[in-house]
This record gives sequence, C-alpha cells and structure tokens, in this order.
Amino acid sequence: MSVFDSVIIGGGPAGITAALYLVRSGCRVALFEQLTMGGQVLQTESIENYPGFPKGIKGWELADTLAAHLDDLSLERATGKISSIVQKDDVYVLSVEGKEVIAKTVILCSGAHHRELGLPREKELTGHGVSYCAICDGNFFRGQEVAVIGGGNTALEETLYLSKIAAKVHLIHRRDAFRGAKIYLDRLESMTDRVSILRSSVPVMLHGDAEVEGLTISSVKTGESRLLPVKGVFVFVGNTPNTAFLPKNVQLDEQGFVITDTEMRTSVPGIFAAGDVRSKQCRQVVTAVGDGATAAQAAFLYLEQKNV
Amino acid sequence: MAEQVTDATFESVVLNSDIPVLLDFSAPWCGPCRAIGPVIDELAGEYEGKVRIVKMNVDENPLTPTKYGIRAIPTLILFKGGEVLEQMTGAVAKPALQDLIVKKALA
Repeated sequence: MSVFDSVIIGGGPAGITAALYLVRSGCRVALFEQLTMGGQVLQTESIENYPGFPKGIKGWELADTLAAHLDDLSLERATGKISSIVQKDDVYVLSVEGKEVIAKTVILCSGAHHRELGLPREKELTGHGVSYCAICDGNFFRGQEVAVIGGGNTALEETLYLSKIAAKVHLIHRRDAFRGAKIYLDRLESMTDRVSILRSSVPVMLHGDAEVEGLTISSVKTGESRLLPVKGVFVFVGNTPNTAFLPKNVQLDEQGFVITDTEMRTSVPGIFAAGDVRSKQCRQVVTAVGDGATAAQAAFLYLEQKNV
Repeated sequence: MAEQVTDATFESVVLNSDIPVLLDFSAPWCGPCRAIGPVIDELAGEYEGKVRIVKMNVDENPLTPTKYGIRAIPTLILFKGGEVLEQMTGAVAKPALQDLIVKKALA
C-alpha cells in the first residue's frame, strides 16, 4: 500500500490551504472531507473581513473560490469520515470508511460544529423552530418574531441578517458586554424598532409541542423570568471541536480544542493542527488559512528531517 | 444526479412511489444544502431502483414544505408507502444517510 507524505483531515479553509502548500512543495497528499469543500464558510451568509474582498463575499462563493485552488493540483481527494488514527512505527494508519490509509504526517483541520443550548426538548424541536443556521432557515420565519441566543460575532451577524426578514428579533446574551465586533453592535443598537437587545439573560425553557411557540428567558441578575412569543430560536453559543477520532495522546485544552505551538505542532510528533479545531483566541477564515500554511510548512520540514 | 420534484409532481413521484423515497428539501442559497448536495446525488446513483432519492427546491415549491411543517433546510424525509418514516435536519454525513437507507428504507 502506498504511503502518503501527509493526510489532511477536513476541507475547510485550513485544510484547503495546507493541501495547496504541501502539494506545491512536492508532497504526496490526501485530503478527506465528509461533505463538500468549504466547511463552516458554507454556513455564513457573507464574509466582510477576509482581506482581498473589500465589498464582502458570499460564504458559498468564498468556499468555491478557495476549493478551486486545488483543481489543477495533483492530490487524492475523497469524501469520507476518519474514525481513528493509530501510530505504527514511523507512520500513522487512518481508518476511513472501513479502509486503511497510511501517512507520514497528519494535519488536523477537522474544524468545529455548533454547540447546543442544552435545554429540554431542544433536539426534538430542531428543524421545527430551533435552528443553528440563520441563512438556511431564516426565510421560514418571514414576518414572525424570533430570538437569537449568543454574544459573539456570529450571533451579531446572524441577528443583522434576521432583522431584514423577521418582524422582530430578540438578541439574548447572558452577559452585559458583547464579545462580537462593535461595528455590528452599533448597527443593531440603532435598529430599536426591529431588534431588542436583552442583556444578562439566559434561555430557560422552549415552549410548543410540534413547533416552537415561545421561549422563556430569565434574568441572571434578578432571576425574573419572561415569556417571549417567538416562533424561531436561533442558537449561536460557540463551537465544539471535531476531535472524536483523535488518539488519546494528542493534548487538548479544557474545552477540547487541540493544543499546538506557534508552528501548529501538536503534542504528538508528525501530527499538526490548523483552523478552528486548534486551541486559540481568534477563529476566523483569515486565521484558518494562516494556520493551514504554517502547518503545511512545519509538516514539510518534519518530513525533510525524517528523510535525512 | 438526484431528480428534482415539484409541488405538481410530488404526489405521483413521492407519495405513489412503489419503492421508498428519500426527499431532500433544499435551496440553492443554503450552505449546508450545498454541502450535502453532492452526497445526495451520489446516493441517488448508488441506490437506483431500490430507493428513489430526490430533491425539492423550497423557494420554487412552497406547498409541500408547508404541508410537512418544514422550518429548516436541509431537511430529509424518508417516505414509504406515502407515509413519513423518518425525518432528519442539517448537513448529515454520508454514512449516517446510508445507515438510514439500509436500516429504515430497505428493512
């Protein structure tokens, strides 16, 4: 069986960039993605802060444009989910959909997925009023009242998006201060007729049998609760890294993100991590592509040293 | 490629089908729909003749999504004998869909 210089797990911005750099360096590369190339970029309506696109770019457009870099390059690309990685002597054996793939290095670009609120009946009501993607589901709530939960950039961006569709958007955040960009918050605060910002509040109960018919929120300061007559609840409370397949000796932080040094090296020699799966402060497309290039270069140097 | 169903053809293609049908409610502007689109097309080829795997554009066909209470896309519904057997929302990876087809549609 042939041995790849590098297997890249995940086809988001980090994985695409890592593949691009490694193939151009002359490495034999395989890239595995479970869905279509692009990762979480595909779930973003428009991206305004990726340099090179001063007028902004649609998420799917950026995903396609990034993926097009790989079109003329020679590498293995496959749809598949990695279920385990086992070190055997000098190489890693990855199990992909029941088949084995062997590689000298592994670059983890598996990203993250949305975190849930953890409210009772949240799972049953997902797709029936509970949503994690405003651009996908916003249209089903045209002219209705909805809630957005969260305080980061994603929550603010999605509230802006929903404010153009819904009759009213309640933005609910457990703290007083928002982590998201001031430019978004300023825009939202000026839309007092359509956006109500409820600080220091947490969602406590979803109402409705077949569909969401309301949400009870509670003030973390006074304990007072209040029923919002919303038909939609959009949840943007952070991400959980996709790491279930990782060997135990890859060190993770308290939230489960992969710890690396500044060269994207994990605690296990030969395994690198890039993008949202990595433990870091700033999770953006622009940092993901930077991580991808750095990880590729580190993997290339590692391979060179091994081959001497 | 998965065939496109419309409000007009829904009854004949889905409800009156003599084999199980997996219907993907989606739209061209929806990222997660784009993410699973190619997987749906692959599955349509792999299970041809056993399970009919089709898509419906919710923008152009408002009646059927309303009838089935669709409030999120992509939503996949598995029909057998005109009845809803299973419903899934979100960008589901291929193995989970194969599992659904083997354990529910073909069982």
